[in-house]
This record gives sequence, structure tokens and C-alpha cells, in this order.
Amino acid sequence: MKQHDLIVIGGGPAGLAAAVAARRAGVQDVLILERDHVLGGILNQCIHNGFGLHTFKEELTGPEYAARFIAQVKEEDIPYRLGATVISITRDKTVTYVSREEGLVQVGAKALILAMGCRERPRGALNIPGRRPAGIFSAGTAQRLMNIEGYQVGREVVILGSGDIGLIMARRMTLEGAKVKVVAELMPYSGGLKRNIVQCLDDFGIPLKLSHTVVEIHGRERLTGVTLAQVDENRRPIQGTEEYYACDTLLLSVGLLPENELTRALDVRMSRVTNGPEVNDRLQTDCEGVFACGNVLHVHDLVDFVSEEAALAGRNAAAYILSQLPAGDTVTITADGGVRYTVPQKLDPDNMADTVTVRFRVADVYRDRFVCVYCNGERIRRIKKRVLAPGEMEQVVLKKSELKQPLSSLRICTEVE
Amino acid sequence: MRKDYDIVIIGGGVIGCAVARELSRRKLRICLIEKGEDVCSATSKANSGIVHAGFDAKPGSMKAKMNLQGSRMMPQLAEELDIRFRRNGSLVLCLSEDGLPALRALYERGVENGVEGLAILTGEEARRKEPNLSESVVAALYAPTGGIVCPFELTIALAENAAVNGVEFRRNETVTGVSREDDGYLVTTDRAQIRATCVVNAAGVHADEIHRMVSAVPLHITARKGDYCLLDKEVGDFVSCTVFQLPSALGKGVLVTPTAHGNLLLGPTATDVEDKEQTATTAEEIAYLTRTAALSVRDLPLRSVITSFSGLRAHEDGDDFIIGEAADAENFFDAAGIESPGLSSAPAIGRYLAELISEKLHAEGKTDFISTRKAIPRLAELPLEERRALIAANPLYGSIVCRCEQISEGEIVEAIRRPVGAVSLDGIKRRVRAGMGRCQAGFCTPRLMEILARELGRPMEAICKNHSGSELLTGRMEGRK
Repeated sequence: MKQHDLIVIGGGPAGLAAAVAARRAGVQDVLILERDHVLGGILNQCIHNGFGLHTFKEELTGPEYAARFIAQVKEEDIPYRLGATVISITRDKTVTYVSREEGLVQVGAKALILAMGCRERPRGALNIPGRRPAGIFSAGTAQRLMNIEGYQVGREVVILGSGDIGLIMARRMTLEGAKVKVVAELMPYSGGLKRNIVQCLDDFGIPLKLSHTVVEIHGRERLTGVTLAQVDENRRPIQGTEEYYACDTLLLSVGLLPENELTRALDVRMSRVTNGPEVNDRLQTDCEGVFACGNVLHVHDLVDFVSEEAALAGRNAAAYILSQLPAGDTVTITADGGVRYTVPQKLDPDNMADTVTVRFRVADVYRDRFVCVYCNGERIRRIKKRVLAPGEMEQVVLKKSELKQPLSSLRICTEVE
Repeated sequence: MRKDYDIVIIGGGVIGCAVARELSRRKLRICLIEKGEDVCSATSKANSGIVHAGFDAKPGSMKAKMNLQGSRMMPQLAEELDIRFRRNGSLVLCLSEDGLPALRALYERGVENGVEGLAILTGEEARRKEPNLSESVVAALYAPTGGIVCPFELTIALAENAAVNGVEFRRNETVTGVSREDDGYLVTTDRAQIRATCVVNAAGVHADEIHRMVSAVPLHITARKGDYCLLDKEVGDFVSCTVFQLPSALGKGVLVTPTAHGNLLLGPTATDVEDKEQTATTAEEIAYLTRTAALSVRDLPLRSVITSFSGLRAHEDGDDFIIGEAADAENFFDAAGIESPGLSSAPAIGRYLAELISEKLHAEGKTDFISTRKAIPRLAELPLEERRALIAANPLYGSIVCRCEQISEGEIVEAIRRPVGAVSLDGIKRRVRAGMGRCQAGFCTPRLMEILARELGRPMEAICKNHSGSELLTGRMEGRK
């Protein structure tokens, strides 16, 4: 069995940035395994702009952003396989993949970086009653059919869920001549970025109905309409508020799920909130030498942060391979007071970098709150936030110098006044 | 007048296909007409997938006879057709002391029907066998011969094997009339007029309409809708037996069962519907079925639901299968009212009708009948070495299209190219499960469409989810060639 230093599973934005960073940190033998026939992952179908503002200080389209990282992979001469689907990984870091060209291959590695991305939550998970006609797509499937394959998926559209892909697709379909009638969101707030609500809905006069959901699907062969209804505070439809919308297409943008089938077989500790593996401040899972980054770890809003996180995973994997990564005891970062989760979930206070970025999401829309960090029970940080929303990932950067030693507890929460 | 066929079978569900396969053992010219774009596209595609042990039908009824025989035939049939079948055993739960006499009666009935191995377990014994059972289970009837089968696999395998043995499948063709003519029948469809000596009516919920075209003997079918929830494979081992509750007037009630593919299935409800195409699930029924299923087991993992669907059962007023020649229409054979345990009975109904018909037509047996059929290789389930060898022989097996179920392009191409092959997304899904996993075809839909378009030589815009009218795309984007 061929041995590599590092295998990166996934050649999307996370995998590319991780591989490049690992190489630049001194790991020669890196292999990227990508299941699609091109590198770049989901960015290839994201032909809208808005990528790269943090990383490159300019506004790029998805393919342009991907191209920058693909160029770095090629500059570094990092080998990659396309059309190579990993079918299993083991705790001893044996990776089995299949491809048309190579057949079934098993390779070993000193370290693995998981960068498999995420997938869309399907209709079934919502259990929307009614028929099962054609014309119901997850927003990303429709995006691929339009932007990669070049086909129209419908003329009259209702979108359920205000996730970013749904918002982007509302604008995209409108620009292609379809009539987007309404975006319905189950929650009393949008799941997408504020800028997408403004640029994709408001600018085109597309109504966003908060606290609404699809309660019935109509049509035999092809969708003919959907019934929307308002929901109460328990998200149950309110009788008498039903409204029928004739449409031939329903797009679902109802959340993304990290794609951790391979990870689960590793039997690493998973977070029930993020649906990704739990990691420490080096983005290492509890299987030594297995790192995770990007949307497989937790779903991001901005690819820029994926790249940043992935580069960190790459550098840490390199340090691990080069035996420069000491293992110390970790302290669990507690998320409460409206903070749903943090990534990383654990921190090694002795061996941490000088600064550690802790990313998190809040559970609800909060106004005029403080994000607070408590260290050994003592508040060390209090950051005023005018608005906090579940659709916008937040972060605090912890400095090693400000953490009490020995560190016994670390807590991130929100507080009112 | 010269007949086009000796036999026309109307309906490509599990019964029509089972009859077709059994008849194809004889020297007969046979065609099967299916109005859907594919076989297995109505009742046979949406049911519990259970091979019932046979304890619940009324002794002496056709249901009782066919069920028991069908269940006994299933292991050999599954082996011949290379399909999954597992005797996982079934449990009928008694949830209160009041139910004990009914449970006892069910046991007696099973014994009378000839079901082997029945036993009444205490609540404790039942929970030892099935640890997730509810604490309120006071007793249970255990039937070790209960089993599970994949209804798509069974129906499609029967169809493929029948086709290999000479049966002509005419899909996407609707029978609009059947009339007596000379010494046979004229079957009129939306595309052709077909003359045949003998007609088999296996038209599911529409069997009464077909029957009335030639017979005055009363037959009336009610479409009885059942909603189901399918759960992710991650909870597929939540129960190992098929778990029933004591039956009610409307059927065997809501069950909790593993499927042949390792998912967990809940359902069905039982609601009589006017419209025989009414397969919409309703919030009320889904709520009812999850609530009812939750009585059987503890902490039902409803978070893992990946889809819900509904199917129609063909309930005949007399509450039994109507199988045989119509009294006033010679050579017109009904297989009507085939509701549960219809899937379990299919092999027996196929054989029974084929024997009746062959005798009637004095048909000779074939010497070149091919009794076996190989399944499309399921690469994800094979040991690595076998998988490696298959990919080496056919590189398309190395190209994974459906991530969730790890289905390769090679399997998909084969599903399309086989006799009675897939022509739609649903057809692929039922043959090789691409799109049936937890992402429910989010990622593979575009790829599946491309492969279908390429293999069938059709434009992408013509690719359907299932029946015509269910095209997925509405046109080319401007500026694209």
C-alpha cells in the first residue's frame, strides 16, 4: 500500500487551502482526493460575486475564487486525483477510494484532513405533506442544473427557506426570466446573510414571508402549486392562514448538513449541534492526526473563513507530521447563554497558538447584547453587539496571554447589559 | 382472426409481472401492458415490503392460501432472481390486557392457516427479543417465518426474467377498452388495438374498471391509501423484527420494520380515497402514523425521517383476493383486490393463475426457460477484492454517482440497458437506489439525468422523474447551445 504524508479528502475550497498550507509548512508528500471531475467543489456553480472580500480584498465570483486556490495548488505542484470517491477511512489512516482511471485504491497516510463539505437538507427531512411531483429541487441542485448544465428548471417559483443558496437562486432565476413569487421562512428570522436578503430579494421586490412554511404540495406529474401557511411560536401551521401559490417549481433552501459519513466510521466524537466532528484548537479530531476544516466541520456563511480555517488545519497537520505538535490536556469550551456551539470545542492551553479564533453561532436573533468570555469563572472579554443572528457566524479571537493559567474552564456566552 | 398474442396481461405491478414470469415457462405469446412509464409504478412501489407469515387472513380464504404458499415460495424465488429476502420474523404486539383474547385468536387462526413456529411471548420475552419495544407491551405473537423483501427488486426482477423468456413489455400504454371478439378479446389502448385469446386483469386499483369492460359479475375496488415514513439507515437496526400492533377493521395497523435495504419504515395509515390516483400524504395521517408507531416502541427516532410517501391498496368489497376466470367471460382472468398480503402472495398468485391459464390454453412447457436472473452488482456491498475486480473489468463501476448509497455509473448504466430497463429517475432509483439515500438525490440528480439522456439518446429536457409530464427541466438557457 502506498504511503503518503498527508491525504486531503475533498478538493473544494477547504481541501485546496489546507493542502497548500500544509505544503508551505514543509510537507512534501500531499495528495488531494476529489470526487468531482474538477477541483473547486461547490464554488464552481456559485457564479455570483461576493467571494474573497476578506481573503483577497476584492469581489470575486465562486469560480474565480476557486481558481486562485487551484493556481496555488498547481504552483506548489501538489498531486490530486479527480473522479476519486473515498469510500472509507480508518483510524489507522488507511484511505480507500475508487475512480474510473485507477480502480479501487488503498493508500495510507500519516495525517488526514477531512474537507468533504456539506449537503443540502432534503424535502423528506421536512416531511412536507402532499404529492411527490417533479419540480421540487434543493436550491443547490437547481443552481447546478442552471449554472453548470445550462438548463432552466422552472418558470414560476416558490422558495422555502431563506438560506443563502435559496436567496442567491431567487435572484438568479429572476434574472433568467422566471417569476419568483415568494420566499417562505419557517423561523421568525432569515437563515441567510443580511446582504443577500437586500441584494437578492429586496432589490427585486421578492417578498420574504417569515414564520411561514409549505403545508401542502400539489400536482401529479409536475408541481402545480404549493399551499403556504403561517406558523405559531412552536412552528406549527396556524389554521385559516393557508394561501395557495400556483408554481411549477419549489426550491428548498432549508439548511446544510456537514457530510460526515466517512467521519462517523472513524468513531470520533461528533457534535450534535454542528453535525461535524468535535475538534481542538488545532482543528484535530479526537482521532490523532485526523484534522477537519470547512463545511464538514461546521457550515460557514463565507468561503473566506473556510479558507482561513482550512489553512490552519493544513499548518497543524504539517506540524503533526513533522512531529512538532505536542499533545497536552484540553479544556472544553462551554457554549451557553444563547451561544449554540463553538468551533473549536476544546482548547489546549499549554500548547495553543498565541491567538485562537473561536467561531460560533447564536440560537436566536438578539439585539444590543454582549458576547462575553469567561476564563476560570472570571469575565475576560465583553464585546458589544448591536445585532446577533443565527444566520451570521460570529467569532472571538482569544489571546494566549489573556487566558488564566492554569486554565480550568472557558465559557462563551451572550449577556443582556 | 389471427391473434397478436395468446395472452395480454394488463398491469405491470408485482402480480402482473409474477403472472408474466410464470406464463413465460410455456410456449405462449405474451405481452404485458403497463400505463406507467415503468413496471412497479403504483401499488407495488409503495407498500410495507413485508412477506407476511400468514396468520391474519381468514382460514380458507384466498388470502390465507396464497399468503402461505407465497411465503413458502419466496426463498427459492429470491435465490433464482438474486434479490434480497430475509426472514426477520414478526411480532404482533398486545398493548393492554384487554387485547389478550384477540392475540390468542390470532395465534389460533395462524395455526389453522398452517403457519409454522408461532408462539405467544410475554411482554418480557418480547422485549428481550426486541429491546426497543414499549414497556406497555403485555404480550406478543411471534412468527419466525415473517420476512422482508424489496418490492421494487421483486417486481423488476420478475419483469426482467419474464422479458428474457420472451414476454413483451409495453410500458407507457394505457388500456382504454377490452371487448369480446370471436374466440378472444380485443384490447384497445391509447396506442393500438391488440387481439388476444386470453386477458389477465392485474390492474391494481383499476382492476374493477377493467373487469366491468367484459364481465357483469360484481367487483368493486376501493383505493385505500396508506402513508409511510422512511427513516435513515443509521436507525435501520432500531428493530430487527417487523413489529405490528393487533389488527383492526382497516388492516394490520401501523408497523415498525426494517426494510430489505436496511432503512427503518413506519406505516401505513388506512384511508379510503375516491380518487384512485390520490397519493398525497397528509399532515394528519403522518401525525397519526408517527403517534401510533410510537406506541409500539420507545424513543422512536423521528429525527431520522428521510422521506414520506403514500401508496394505494386495492381493497375489494368482499375482503378477499378475486383470482380466476370471470364466470361470464371465458378466458378473462382476474387478479383483483390484491391488497395485503398481496406482495407475499405474488409468487403463489402468479403460479396459480399461470396454471389455470396454461391448462385452459393447453400450453406446452418450454425446454429453454431461463429460471435465474443475476442482480445488478451492488458494489457498495461487495468485499473490496471483488469490487476491485469489477472496476478493473468495467471502469464505470469506479465512478460514484450517488454518494449516499455509493452507487456507481456502471450500475446505473446497467439499470438502463437491462431488459425492461429504467427510463426515468424513479426507474433508476428503484433498480439501484441511486437517489434513495439521505440526500434524496440532491447531488446525483444532474448526473443521473445526463446518463439517462446519453443512454436513451434523448435530450435532457425530455428526462422525467417518472411518467411523461414529469419532466425536470423547462428549457435550455438562452445563449447556450
